[in-house]
Amino acid sequence: MLNISGIHEGFVLDHIKAGDSLQIYHDLKLDKLDCTVAIIKNAKSNKMGKKDIIKVECPVEALDLDILGFIDHNITVNVIQGDKIVAKKVLSLPREIKNVIKCKNPRCITSIEQELDQIFVLTDEEKEVYRCKYCEEKYSRKV
Amino acid sequence: MRHLMSPLDFGVDELDKLLDLANDIEANPEKYAHSCDGKKLATCFYEPSTRTRLSFEAAMLNLGGSVLGFHSADSSSAAKGESVSDTIRVISCYADICAMRHPKEGAALVASQKSTIPVINAGDGGHQHPTQTLTDLLTIRSLKGRLDNITIGLCGDLKFGRTVHSLINAMIRYENVRFVLISPEELRIPDYVRDDVLKANGVDFKEVEKLEDAMAELDVLYMTRVQRERFFNEEDYVRLKDFYVLTKEKMELAKEDMLVLHPLPRVNEISVEVDDDPRACYFKQAQYGVYVRMALILTLLGLAE
Repeated sequence: MLNISGIHEGFVLDHIKAGDSLQIYHDLKLDKLDCTVAIIKNAKSNKMGKKDIIKVECPVEALDLDILGFIDHNITVNVIQGDKIVAKKVLSLPREIKNVIKCKNPRCITSIEQELDQIFVLTDEEKEVYRCKYCEEKYSRKV
Repeated sequence: MRHLMSPLDFGVDELDKLLDLANDIEANPEKYAHSCDGKKLATCFYEPSTRTRLSFEAAMLNLGGSVLGFHSADSSSAAKGESVSDTIRVISCYADICAMRHPKEGAALVASQKSTIPVINAGDGGHQHPTQTLTDLLTIRSLKGRLDNITIGLCGDLKFGRTVHSLINAMIRYENVRFVLISPEELRIPDYVRDDVLKANGVDFKEVEKLEDAMAELDVLYMTRVQRERFFNEEDYVRLKDFYVLTKEKMELAKEDMLVLHPLPRVNEISVEVDDDPRACYFKQAQYGVYVRMALILTLLGLAE
């Protein structure tokens, strides 16, 4: 059994779908942060069979976790301060996501305008539908 | 500062005010002849559109203002690679209000985010064309006296026709509006309008293929053109372009006070012989397009009171 010590201040992201952790590492821009990160792949899970876990040692305000809600709102987020879990964050779908997905509509202004952020807005929470802010092209997470 | 990107940017009450103003302009044009003295409208048209551009320019000139602008991407700095964001920042220094047409969807929204003057979306690709919808609403309200309790037939290309989708979105906000959707199988209304708009809002509608079957029940018949540029296959276009032709004979099946509307330009979907029928209102509609743009310019410039 692999043993990784606890953290003093930061986050433990648990119940990540096995195999998704590296993507989340990039989406949370952890590669840009000067902090300790542990990525645990294929950990045993009673609930999921296999799961990934990410531990991040960083000030709690350093991470914008809204994006996690978009990636997978089943992820458990434990907030650690003073070596203890002080909160469990409930994830929800963010109202707006910036520069995470790209608009695929070739007629969209985002395809030609320089330096324009790729912004998607949640338009149907139940169906988990996001639409491009500019051309309203649909991006649905449920197939 | 306010912009106009989509026909739904105005709530029903605001829209009523705008249409009231347009009707007052129609009744008392001299009252507004100098409302925009000293003001300039920039028409930034990255693709040609004679009708919409001239309608905007006529509107501003009628208000005593002046106009400047460009009429194709080739004659603008876009040909040199300038972004929409940069162009509008510069235009903001030259004019008081801007009407923008661009082939890319969302271009006017990008402009509005950087602009220091009101921006009107004068068409962004196949996405939105709000002033056409305002024109349609003004025409119906002025000639029928109401926007509720009405049965509207939408005929032709209901798949790609953005004017039709916008009109549906705007009209479902009124009570007891029924739609009869008249199209060939290949050009039926898309699911995202049928399911997400009509069914989701409990709107009464039916879909038919033959125009003759629908004529008798309609208060308004909105004809559209089958656009060649929407087809990959010339054969499909040729087969569908003559699917509906409104003739004198078909007009005999209609109510005596039915309105025939068309966003124009028409090709052959309305026979020229119908033009003399008093129910043919598509040229009046073009006139209402000027009034509603005048009202819009005044409103966005804060000169409406």
